[in-house]
Amino acid sequence: MIKQVVFRARLLPYLLVAPQIAITLVFFIWPAAQAVKQSVFIEGPFGGNAEFVWLENFKALFTDPSYLHAARVTLVFSAAVTLASLAMSLLLAVMTDRVVRGAAVYKTFLIWPYAVAPAVAGVLWGFMFNPGIGIFSYLLNHYGYDWNYVLNGGQALFLVIVAAVWNQLSYNFLFFLAGLQVVPKSLIEAAAIDGAGPGRRFWTIILPLLSPTAFFLLVMNVVFAFFQTFGIIHAVTQGGPAKATEILVFKVYNDGFRGLDLGGSAAQSVVLMVLVIGLTILQFRFIERRVHY
Amino acid sequence: MVENRPWLTFAAHAVLLLGVLIVAFPVYMTFVASTHDQATMLSGPVPLLPGRFLVDNYRTVLASGLGASSSSPPVGLMLLNSLVMALAIALGKIAISIIAAYAIVYFKFPFRMAFFWMIFITLMLPVEVRILPTYEVVANLGLLNSYAGLTIPLIASATATFLFRQFFLTVPDELTEAARIDGAGPLRFFRDILLPLSGTSIAALFVIQFIYGWNQYLWPLLVTTGEDYYTVVMGISRMVNVVDAAAKWNLIMAVTLLAMIPPVIVVILMQRQFVKGLIETEK
Repeated sequence: MIKQVVFRARLLPYLLVAPQIAITLVFFIWPAAQAVKQSVFIEGPFGGNAEFVWLENFKALFTDPSYLHAARVTLVFSAAVTLASLAMSLLLAVMTDRVVRGAAVYKTFLIWPYAVAPAVAGVLWGFMFNPGIGIFSYLLNHYGYDWNYVLNGGQALFLVIVAAVWNQLSYNFLFFLAGLQVVPKSLIEAAAIDGAGPGRRFWTIILPLLSPTAFFLLVMNVVFAFFQTFGIIHAVTQGGPAKATEILVFKVYNDGFRGLDLGGSAAQSVVLMVLVIGLTILQFRFIERRVHY
Repeated sequence: MVENRPWLTFAAHAVLLLGVLIVAFPVYMTFVASTHDQATMLSGPVPLLPGRFLVDNYRTVLASGLGASSSSPPVGLMLLNSLVMALAIALGKIAISIIAAYAIVYFKFPFRMAFFWMIFITLMLPVEVRILPTYEVVANLGLLNSYAGLTIPLIASATATFLFRQFFLTVPDELTEAARIDGAGPLRFFRDILLPLSGTSIAALFVIQFIYGWNQYLWPLLVTTGEDYYTVVMGISRMVNVVDAAAKWNLIMAVTLLAMIPPVIVVILMQRQFVKGLIETEK
């Protein structure tokens, strides 16, 4: 935690941490405390006479069908995004680890989507599936499938899932590749000599050794799907049609800034904070233990 | 590779090529769309080959946004705003994190651990979950529609502080002792020894944080109402979600391409630092 050899100074260390702590206090801790405070009050949209209501806002939240609907949408959305992008990136990483020629080139061409903002990724895919001019909607309609994500909720959800998977692919790919490269070659060779084919080696040696990476990525992908996909939803579907793509983060934004429901939005923020804290703790407990076979 | 299996190698290349194709196709379509005029775009599905309006379209968006009739600001200005925001966030984060980590690792002082945990907590509070109260704070400080409001709230970073702390812990104590014997004070040691040693960590962090800053969406959406401070990533969605009739897709796609080029170039040119940064900050 700390060096054996330390410097002695009375004021200097405080000056060094001051900027970081000041920003943390003003823009993180204070707003978070405010959210917790607001979540137990009901306030008029024009401020003034706030009324203390204990857990009324939370009770209202968990009995509100539209909130439960958003929670369900979030679950479906994040499960689909996580599973699809993990599976695809694992396949690509295993293949990249296998090929000798051109591995570096493939890697370069597979990692750059990380640099594309989620909102931009959403626009890219939204454009290709645009009901009027998109290339994919043209093909789909041409072959008799009635595609219009602006009207069809299921199709809209599919679209934002595709964009999110595309956006998250390179992140997972890089971590899987890094994980694959530290799998000891001697283990693989020993298994090969014992007669295990590539498939068998993958399932019995490589995959178990990758499980820490996979677990880490699982948590990170859930976090991504829960929070960072706001840009995709906002830029492509605005939560619609008929709230079919309204994930929890989008609802916090919508209720707070459009609906001006301070208490409700704050209660939603608090629920999300509890979720993130839970996920972070999960992550750290796991890092301490490091599951290994 | 352990053994030679030509078919499997062939399959691997096929899968990878397909992957590259899936990854690149949307960008190719974007490029194609940005080289046509609006009439072509409106007359049906987007052509698969580039058109003749490349220079015209890009000149239009850079100088005047979506054209004189629309209310969108010139893309040149939005790109500049994005650049300012990305650089300020990346450099600001590195600066305040490195000194905070230095204090926490190299000094013994009351409340050291309290500060450490306070920084740690920021890891758990992404902007998205505390948007409304953070917005209120920024509004009360009068920072709406300013570069300060765009950047300062995003500058605190637990991950950067952890990365530097992790790195400092690997720096041998002998260096510190030698420096002290030679009469160097804490600031001198930091400037002449620790900072040069941190070069690769700083570069790695810079790449990650530049992308993070450039790709901010929700925050600029909230704190900028004046077009002078629009960033390009959020500006695009304002263009897509126009209420009136036909979106000018050829121009929007030109803007989209412009918005993704800078971070993509950073990733490709600084690939090694990027991979290092990504894998180390998340550990």
